[in-house]
Amino acid sequence: MSTLHMQGIEKQFSGVPALRTVDFEVKAGEVHALLGANGAGKSTLMKILTGAYQADGGSISIDGQAVQIQSPQDAKALGIQCVYQEVDTALVPYLSVAENILLDQLVQDKVSSFVSWQRLYAQSEELLRGFGFSIPVQMTVEECSLSEKQLILIARATVQKAKFVIFDEPTAPLSTKESERLFHIIAQLKKAGVGIIYISHRLPEIFEICDRITIMRDGQHVITTETQATNMDEVISHMLGKSFAEEFPKAVVEIGEPIFEVIGARGGKVRHADLTVREGEIVGVVGLVGAGKTELARLLFGADAAEAGEIKLKGTQLRIRTPKDAVDAGIVLVPEERRKEGIFVEESVKSNLSVATISKWSPFGFIRSGLEVGLAKELVQRLGVKTADISQLVGFLSGGNQQKVAIGKWLETDASIFMFDEPTKGVDIGAKSDIYRLIGNLAEQKKGVLYFSCEFQEVIGIADRVLIMFEGQIVKELSRDQATQELIMYYASGGE
Amino acid sequence: MEGKKFSLFDFVYKYGTVAVIVIVMLVFSLTNPYFFTYDNITDILRSISIVTFVAIGVTFSLIVGGFDLSVGSTVSLTTVVAASMMVWHEQGPLVTLLAPIVLSLLVGLINALLVVKIRIPDLLATLAMLYIVNGIHMTYSKGYSIYANMPMEDGSVAPGKFQEWFLWLGQGEIASVPVPVILTFLLVVVTHIYLTYTRQGRMLYMTGGNLEAARLSGIPVDRYRTLAYVLSALFAGLGGMLLAARIGTGQVSSGGSMLMDAVAAAFVGFSVFGAGKPNVFGTFVGAILIGVLLNGMTMLNLPYYAYDIVKGVVLALALAVTYYQLRRKRKA
Repeated sequence: MSTLHMQGIEKQFSGVPALRTVDFEVKAGEVHALLGANGAGKSTLMKILTGAYQADGGSISIDGQAVQIQSPQDAKALGIQCVYQEVDTALVPYLSVAENILLDQLVQDKVSSFVSWQRLYAQSEELLRGFGFSIPVQMTVEECSLSEKQLILIARATVQKAKFVIFDEPTAPLSTKESERLFHIIAQLKKAGVGIIYISHRLPEIFEICDRITIMRDGQHVITTETQATNMDEVISHMLGKSFAEEFPKAVVEIGEPIFEVIGARGGKVRHADLTVREGEIVGVVGLVGAGKTELARLLFGADAAEAGEIKLKGTQLRIRTPKDAVDAGIVLVPEERRKEGIFVEESVKSNLSVATISKWSPFGFIRSGLEVGLAKELVQRLGVKTADISQLVGFLSGGNQQKVAIGKWLETDASIFMFDEPTKGVDIGAKSDIYRLIGNLAEQKKGVLYFSCEFQEVIGIADRVLIMFEGQIVKELSRDQATQELIMYYASGGE
Repeated sequence: MEGKKFSLFDFVYKYGTVAVIVIVMLVFSLTNPYFFTYDNITDILRSISIVTFVAIGVTFSLIVGGFDLSVGSTVSLTTVVAASMMVWHEQGPLVTLLAPIVLSLLVGLINALLVVKIRIPDLLATLAMLYIVNGIHMTYSKGYSIYANMPMEDGSVAPGKFQEWFLWLGQGEIASVPVPVILTFLLVVVTHIYLTYTRQGRMLYMTGGNLEAARLSGIPVDRYRTLAYVLSALFAGLGGMLLAARIGTGQVSSGGSMLMDAVAAAFVGFSVFGAGKPNVFGTFVGAILIGVLLNGMTMLNLPYYAYDIVKGVVLALALAVTYYQLRRKRKA
């Protein structure tokens, strides 16, 4: 029986600690759940284990023997494998199932440069049969369903004689039936003596399949316990820690008339959404990862195509087909993927802050640089952006300051609806409270705010009303007084 | 930031290209007394004027994060069409100027259609257009260069000739400055102002810097990308007309080599004064560097078939400096 032990692991990102002396262990033949709210440090810890990141401190050992994991190759050589949530990143879509399963072997084969197709197909078929499945192994991976792709990755891990396998949110994209099949496979791996690290937001399945539970919060280890010795309420309270309202008090704002109405929005992952936002109101939209929050935000903003639905702003019906339509109408979005969608990393703080309002103060198309500098300086001060200079490239700023810039570009527009998609993701605590303050200010100016997040405590803390999404639909509305994390979790995971 | 500490690399990055030009000119001046004369300098500028037009077009496509491989073919097309309007069809200034311009705008619009609307990757779409436009110009000219008094298919002689005002564009002088050099300076100044001081210029850069962020900031990115491809083709088209005016014939396939020189100039331009991104002024300096090298090598009687080696080495060096710097920046 081998045991993998991580001890006193530390990691910082540009000075912000992500992990503070974390201990974690997994034994052969056990399923060990790793739990924590978003940003607790689970994925950072796992990335250190798989060699994607290097720890700043601490040690890793297998059976008491210290090991060095400097690269993904090292991790694989030690028998540590990961089944990633985004299965497509690890698969080659136009190669066959068999080739994908035996990919590492094909790559590393030093004996022969020739491929024996017969052997390849036979070997992969046998592997799949071992799990009780038959996927035609000559089919290309493109044609496979998500759960089949996942299976291919699991099969690939076992080819490599994996001793420890990490499952990162494996059931997020699966149906109930597909999840059952996955649990069956995990049970088989467990029986074969593989140590399994299981990361998931879905508590019921944790209690169904895991032997032990480790909970993390704010980059620290909170508790490790036998599953039988605890219950869901206890786990949730360990995950959440101190109440949000204590840390970030909410500004009191008088709520006015309805200004923003959405009826029957549908498109892509969003199956049905009705909602109303009033003047000065902060409406939280919550759901688990994959519930369709981001998709709803993008739909309302015109970033993705809508199939149906009515949008009214201050009583006027809008046709929003592109983000430009939305911005012109006065609806703006601070998107989730900050670096990819929110900011221009190779442009200055100044150009980032002026991009949305530039046409208002550029007579005959010429930029009034004095006005631009004034605007940027004023915004930097108001937002509390920590930057040496407004000509600094935004790529050099910390995550929190980049987010402030992404928000800041909208502040001087005449927008009346502000949408925020996970605005505090990857942001340190100081910047977080600045961002809450900014959102509070917007409400005071009678703007309507839609706050999309999967961090329940944040939403309860900041929102006047909470809408809960599950599988692309808004399934429940709770007032601020009614909303508790337990209740939100209940509806967000499909409770009726 | 490190601040005032002198770093050799930073110096090379910012002023390397300019320094190379100065050094090369010094070397050539010392080896050949004729090199650093007014006549020769204007000669160099005249010789690069057409490439500069094309290269500025390429710069526009690079700014929006695209690429336009079809510019060389567009040069060939407008050269031949401008010539044929005068020589074959005896047209006056209006048609002679408008026909090639309209055609190049059309090429730009089709490029934009393929890249922006149908979403073919830019390199592939404009590669297809390179062939199509080249084929059209060959078909149209039947593979013959167009010049005054050329024999026509029916045995007669071409009715028209290159007109004086047209030749003046390529060969004339104002106060002993060649007209094409003046036109080039004008273009550089105007496009530089457009890209640096206007809202549209800024939006072009933002679009290229991060397409999705630009779209989500409410910028009509498709319109700006279309604009860039249209301008790219337009400047290539103007370059082609200038070429016809300079050599006084409608030479077939004359634009082929133009593509590579223009792309090289634009990429060398990335490193000029440490811009790190496509910019008109840098492109102009890049074109000058290439022109100086060619001129100098000609004077030194180096075999012309070796020129491409030198051009390639210069391009590789400039790119090495640019990308090394980008990598350092991203790490920081």
